[in-house]
Amino acid sequence: MKPLLNAVERLGRGSIFLAKTLRVLPKLLPRFGLVIHQLHSVGVQTLLIIVVAGLFVGMVLALQLYYTLSTFGAEDTLGMLVDLSLVRELGPVVAALLFAGRAGSALTAEIGLMKATEQLSGLEMMAVDPVERIIAPRFLAGFIAMPLLAAIFSAVGILGGYAVGVDLLRVDAGAFWSQIQAKVDFSEDVLNGVIKSFVFGFVVTWIALFEGHDCIPTSEGVARATTRTVVHSSLAVLALDFVLTAIMYN
Amino acid sequence: MFRSIELTVGAFVGIGLAALFMLAMQASNLSSFTSDGQYALTARFDNIGGLKVKSAVKVSGVKVGQVSAIDYDMETFEAVVTMRIDERYDKFPKDTIASIFTSGLLGEQYIGLEPGGDDQVLADQGEIRHTQSAMVLEQIIGQFLFSKSQDNGGNEGF
Repeated sequence: MKPLLNAVERLGRGSIFLAKTLRVLPKLLPRFGLVIHQLHSVGVQTLLIIVVAGLFVGMVLALQLYYTLSTFGAEDTLGMLVDLSLVRELGPVVAALLFAGRAGSALTAEIGLMKATEQLSGLEMMAVDPVERIIAPRFLAGFIAMPLLAAIFSAVGILGGYAVGVDLLRVDAGAFWSQIQAKVDFSEDVLNGVIKSFVFGFVVTWIALFEGHDCIPTSEGVARATTRTVVHSSLAVLALDFVLTAIMYN
Repeated sequence: MFRSIELTVGAFVGIGLAALFMLAMQASNLSSFTSDGQYALTARFDNIGGLKVKSAVKVSGVKVGQVSAIDYDMETFEAVVTMRIDERYDKFPKDTIASIFTSGLLGEQYIGLEPGGDDQVLADQGEIRHTQSAMVLEQIIGQFLFSKSQDNGGNEGF
């Protein structure tokens, strides 16, 4: 009974925390420089892992799908299959998992350490709201960065699939692109993928910031909060992906 | 230091938007049809087979539009298919024939238009009178088996 009550209480605290964060977001507009600095640490520094992962995921997709498709003589649909798998599922989901591991854990550790070294209380002593000064810019940056990272992941993945499919496995380049343009729908496939990545960015950043803000202010507490961030946000992404897919393509 | 951060963030956002743009223009059908400048045509079929909304409408193999709605008329017991045709192709004769074809043996189905010789042209909301239903593979096989068994003397069968 007690763990259940604990979980419900954490959910409540998390929701209140989210409401507080969302309420101060408009105050960020005059000081957008704070968000840009966070975009650097959340977005730019995650870019490399996203590009490399996207490239390899696209390449292995092309390789795997080619061997299955060639048994039916349907190699020409390779581009469409790679594109659809990336923009609908793998782009948003894998990018969000990498984002949780790379940026989410860093956010939790940073804010947890700020709490452990009493920097957050220090800000409050100076009548500076830590939610407004520390939390909100990071939240907005994560929300903006995630869809961009997912789009980059998908685009690089398609290019990786093209490199393997067309250059290595000799699929016709014209068929590769024309099948994509004939069968991939912008609003149905691409836009729904973008909506997914917005939702994932929102949830992962929320969990990461809340875990950091809510951690026990000791080194062990920060370590546990960081682990929880990665585990919880990965599970949240996978579960939400199922729900969103069921709503979007039922 | 401050400037370089803004520079990298600007580059990051730029690359991200470029990737989105590429997904929209190159990796989807957004560039292949424009929503402005279209007109509607309807056609009635006995059987539309596997035709779906957004299936292609082709003339001589060239895509000129797509199916925008499929309905069923309870008065005449026919399927009513509404197509949106690109305005560039607005001079189809009144006696144009609309048929439902399959691309390849098991590919998806599309509407093929065959222009007739009438002087009058189909206007917006116009109806194509001459239609040919989809070929249903099971029916064809059934007919084939039936004719085959008749050739063999009726009740011999297989």
